[in-house]
Amino acid sequence: MKEKMKRHNHDPFAVEQEEWRKRQIKGRLKQILTISSPIFILLLWEFLSRTEIVDPRFFPPPTEIVGTFLVMGTSGELFDHIGISLFRIFAGFLLGVIPAVILGLIMGLYSPVRHFFSPLIMALMPIPTLALLPIILIIFGVGEVSKIVTIAGSVFFPVIINTVAGVVNIDRIYLDVAKNYGADSKNYFFKIALPGSLPVMLEGIQMGQAIALLTIVAAEMMGANSGIGYLIWTSYKAFLLKEMYVGLVLISFFGYLFSLILRGFQNKLLPWR
Amino acid sequence: MVNSKISIRHLTKVFYKKGNSVTALKDISMDVKDGEFICLIGPSGCGKTTLLRILADLEKPSIGDFTIDQRKEGRPLQSMVFQERGVIPWLTVEENVAFGLKMRHLPKSVIKERTAYYLEKVGLDRFAKLYPKELSGGMKQRVSIARAFANDPEILLMDEPFAALDEQNKFILQEELLSIWAETKKTVLFITHSIDEALLLSDRILLMSTQPGQIIDEKVIDLPRPRNMEQVRADPVMAKHFVDIWNHLHDEVQSSRVKG
Ligand SMILES: Nc1ncnc2c1ncn2[C@@H]1O[C@H](COP(=O)(O)OP(=O)(O)O)[C@@H](O)[C@H]1O
Ligand SMILES: [Mg+2]
Repeated sequence: MKEKMKRHNHDPFAVEQEEWRKRQIKGRLKQILTISSPIFILLLWEFLSRTEIVDPRFFPPPTEIVGTFLVMGTSGELFDHIGISLFRIFAGFLLGVIPAVILGLIMGLYSPVRHFFSPLIMALMPIPTLALLPIILIIFGVGEVSKIVTIAGSVFFPVIINTVAGVVNIDRIYLDVAKNYGADSKNYFFKIALPGSLPVMLEGIQMGQAIALLTIVAAEMMGANSGIGYLIWTSYKAFLLKEMYVGLVLISFFGYLFSLILRGFQNKLLPWR
Repeated sequence: MVNSKISIRHLTKVFYKKGNSVTALKDISMDVKDGEFICLIGPSGCGKTTLLRILADLEKPSIGDFTIDQRKEGRPLQSMVFQERGVIPWLTVEENVAFGLKMRHLPKSVIKERTAYYLEKVGLDRFAKLYPKELSGGMKQRVSIARAFANDPEILLMDEPFAALDEQNKFILQEELLSIWAETKKTVLFITHSIDEALLLSDRILLMSTQPGQIIDEKVIDLPRPRNMEQVRADPVMAKHFVDIWNHLHDEVQSSRVKG
């Protein structure tokens, strides 16, 4: 016991420095683990496919998918598909998010409005917008509008529900502070309701973003002649599986990218968290 | 009373619930003089917070009424010092202190000047641009106090503002509060459950009964100002007041146990 204490006591800085270094190494190890899982899967896939343990016709090796991507890229057609899909995602996303945020804030602030609309939203939410695609196609035709509306429809629900929850769950004490210090309704909206509900609202928008991607692929598979979803579907039907995988990887890439962008926004918009 | 700042007449508050309604306050009548520092002491649940919330216009009395005398046109009637949690997390320290002034759409220059003045008063000028998450409990409470004083109301309402602080911080904040108060001569209604705190701060201590809350006694504290805790502790009259109030609280709690 005595010996141990002596050993540890010789230089507090050295001891702490050692501790600090251990923490650094641990942190780096975690980072390595985070990037190692996709790399591991890709290597395993490459190996299994090359050795034909799995059928390379169904699971072509990742390196060949990359090669296909480069070939498709040079033809320029691929970027047309990406461009049109991104346009639909952005337009549909905005068309869903903006009304959801506005109506959500109003519902959160005025309980009669909330009580009036809640049952409608609860009843409509479980219906997948994709199941309504036939009707949407009848109403809006086969053009761009129908895809945008489909995405907007699926983005709308998580955003509105989170926005309402965000407003309703603002700590009562802030409402008291606002009232006690004489906030008018405009100030109440911009200084209390909007910033107070923003964290939960942004979580909903993050969810909406993920749903927008899921929806675009399915919608383009069902009723489109362009876009990443269309590319996946036609490649699959023509048994061009490498091309199909290029489409899948693109979706995964954009999903990840959008999440990162939204996280960045979140940190910018919520400096007080 | 002719020149009273706050006058409350036969005020009763019932919280109605089917089956078990609560009479939180029963027939409260009282007057507070301009510039007086009043502490309210009573067993917990006796309606202190309810009384303050009624004066703050956050709750309506069931019957009875009250008036707060407005001496200056455009001045808000009252401002509340909320607990730590009342500091708004998405506003910076500065914006929190300026909150009341901004809500009243005062000229920018006035807002700036008064905010800076009170930030300096409570020693937070260096922290003006920080968000509350970076502040300690004591600093948050300073923000709350600065916000109320900067608003320049006719009266100040404080509901156990220091209850959550450690002793050290409590002493410092009590002294700071007294120094700002001495300068502004505001009328203050202050709730506390600390007898020491009440003796240190008050001109007058009002003692409340258990539920239904009534004001059943008062103690005039005429210890000269400026005071500090040592003087309060050393003064034999204060020692007697302490014991009296202690016994009062003890009796009230006992009697409510017997009743309940
Ligand atoms: N909004 C409310 N609804 C129902 N009962 C309440 C409400 N606010 C306070 N009460 C009741 O009124 C009584 C007095 O509460 P309060 O004023 O908070 O007491 P104190 O601040 O003295 O501890 C308590 O019995 C409490 O349960
Ligand atoms: Mg209370």
